[in-house]
Amino acid sequence: MGMTITEKILAFHAGRPEVRPGDLIDCTVDFLFANDITAPLAIKEFEKMGVGQVFDPDRLAFVFDHYVPNKDIASAQQCKITRDFVAAHHLPHFYDVGRSGIAHVLLAELGYVVPGDVFVGADSHTCNHGALGAFSTGVGSSDLAAAMALGRLWLRVPESMKFVFHGRLRPWVTGKDLILTVIGEIGVDGARYGAMEFAGDALTHLTMDERFSITNMAIEAGAKNGIMEPDDLVLEWIRPRARRPLTVYRSDPDARYRDVREYDVSTLEPVVSAPASPGNVVPVREAAGVRVDQCFIGTCTNGRIDDMRLAAKVLAGRTVHPHTRLLVIPATPAVYRQAMDEGLVKIFLDAGAAISTSTCGPCIGGHMGVLADGEVCVSTSSRNFVGRMGHRGSKVYLSNAAVAAAAAVAGKLVHPDEVVRETVPA
Amino acid sequence: MAIRGHARKVGHHIDTDVIIPARYLVTTDPAELAKYVFEDLDPSLRQRIGVGDVLVAGENFGQGSSREHAPIAIKGVGISCIVAVSFARIFYRNAFNVGLPVVECRDAHARALDGDELDVDLATGVIRNVTRGEIYEGTPVPEFMQRLLAAGGIVGYVRAELAGRQ
Repeated sequence: MGMTITEKILAFHAGRPEVRPGDLIDCTVDFLFANDITAPLAIKEFEKMGVGQVFDPDRLAFVFDHYVPNKDIASAQQCKITRDFVAAHHLPHFYDVGRSGIAHVLLAELGYVVPGDVFVGADSHTCNHGALGAFSTGVGSSDLAAAMALGRLWLRVPESMKFVFHGRLRPWVTGKDLILTVIGEIGVDGARYGAMEFAGDALTHLTMDERFSITNMAIEAGAKNGIMEPDDLVLEWIRPRARRPLTVYRSDPDARYRDVREYDVSTLEPVVSAPASPGNVVPVREAAGVRVDQCFIGTCTNGRIDDMRLAAKVLAGRTVHPHTRLLVIPATPAVYRQAMDEGLVKIFLDAGAAISTSTCGPCIGGHMGVLADGEVCVSTSSRNFVGRMGHRGSKVYLSNAAVAAAAAVAGKLVHPDEVVRETVPA
Repeated sequence: MAIRGHARKVGHHIDTDVIIPARYLVTTDPAELAKYVFEDLDPSLRQRIGVGDVLVAGENFGQGSSREHAPIAIKGVGISCIVAVSFARIFYRNAFNVGLPVVECRDAHARALDGDELDVDLATGVIRNVTRGEIYEGTPVPEFMQRLLAAGGIVGYVRAELAGRQ
């Protein structure tokens, strides 16, 4: 019987001819990373393990993205733990303020993850990298510490589920709307412990940026990983940046899936996840009219150049509504620079948006745009749990970048068509 | 390994943001994190938790972020064990890694009431409701996870692994 792409990658890294769902395997890891929140705890546990050295300093990155630039004394003290560890261990792949970006976007951009990898990060959205045909999963700090010590990690082989998308997306509908639609259908634990494999002709028309936003949110359905078979676009994208040799795996025709779901995406509308669960998905037209205090375009889910371009299409020549605040945070310095070169930053500034250096800040209610009691935010991020972006009485709608930009202009939730059609650019 | 404690009930799909909001993730100290545990779920819950209590939860407990601060905060406030219908996978691993036992059980959440006295047998997964005289069949903690717990979490496990290599 055949294997899925996930099973093949895990079998190779476990040194076995084959693996089956449910098998407990001990596998080698190709690359590891932690961020400024998870690294200090990983370092603390690593030091207790008494191993002394990281198994391979060339296979570990620390990326500061959550509480940077440091928001207060406590976060500065916390970052110092990692900064000191990096210096003491002469770790070569350390990304601090100015050179850093949101880890998942940055590490992919810089070629740290390649097709065929087992990539492990102390951050739940590490599943992001599955769009490259890698097995990529999030773990806690202690697991990361164990992998830093051993170069290996125990894993339970997940059952695979397949999601097949057919057709072409309509204007203002993006990869984000596909993944939100799936989560809305199967629920926030619909893929718990599983592998979500995405396929179908609709994917071939999506850019890498849109594909990443799909695999990025596999965790929101409870999955261990999200994955896509690498196609020509992936290979074209990865070859100039890959730091290691890559291996292309594909699922066998007779691979076994727990579930196969097919979608005609050609009739799909832009959707939002209403408060307070990513699984609470409705077409934006059904939520239209909700007054919006803040809009946020950024994060590992939708802070890439495609998202900046899409937002700019809505914002060009228009201004943010007087009762609404718009935050735009390019995910990495490269995205920022590209947005600047293309004139998008000027569009955002002219519209009245606040633009920030790369940080996860607002997504976790940490800094740079925390919500007050009763406030509503439309956010391109991935989670809208109670208190996620601030006060426990605040509310978050998750959307794509066009919907967030349109809400900023209208001061309320609307279909982007209505903003672009009804307000003539100045 | 058996655990006895009073049930403290929470609902379904409890996420790591309401277990310990990200605004407090500027420390790894269990006592400090415990001060804010469940703050956004129910600000009074923390006061009602006594040392040794068993947290009884619904489906998908611990969904969301990979923050190990979540099981650390729960352990820090004195919870001895979590019994849930199901667990989100990263939380499940993290709990064992920090030495907080968790058991999957379908019936405990539906039948036990807040405050009931529970006996939890990790090896068999059997939960005895002492107050009500009921038995709930849970899933035995997998042998591998029991070894992790016996080693005191992943740190002890790695130390043993490294010792074995020499």
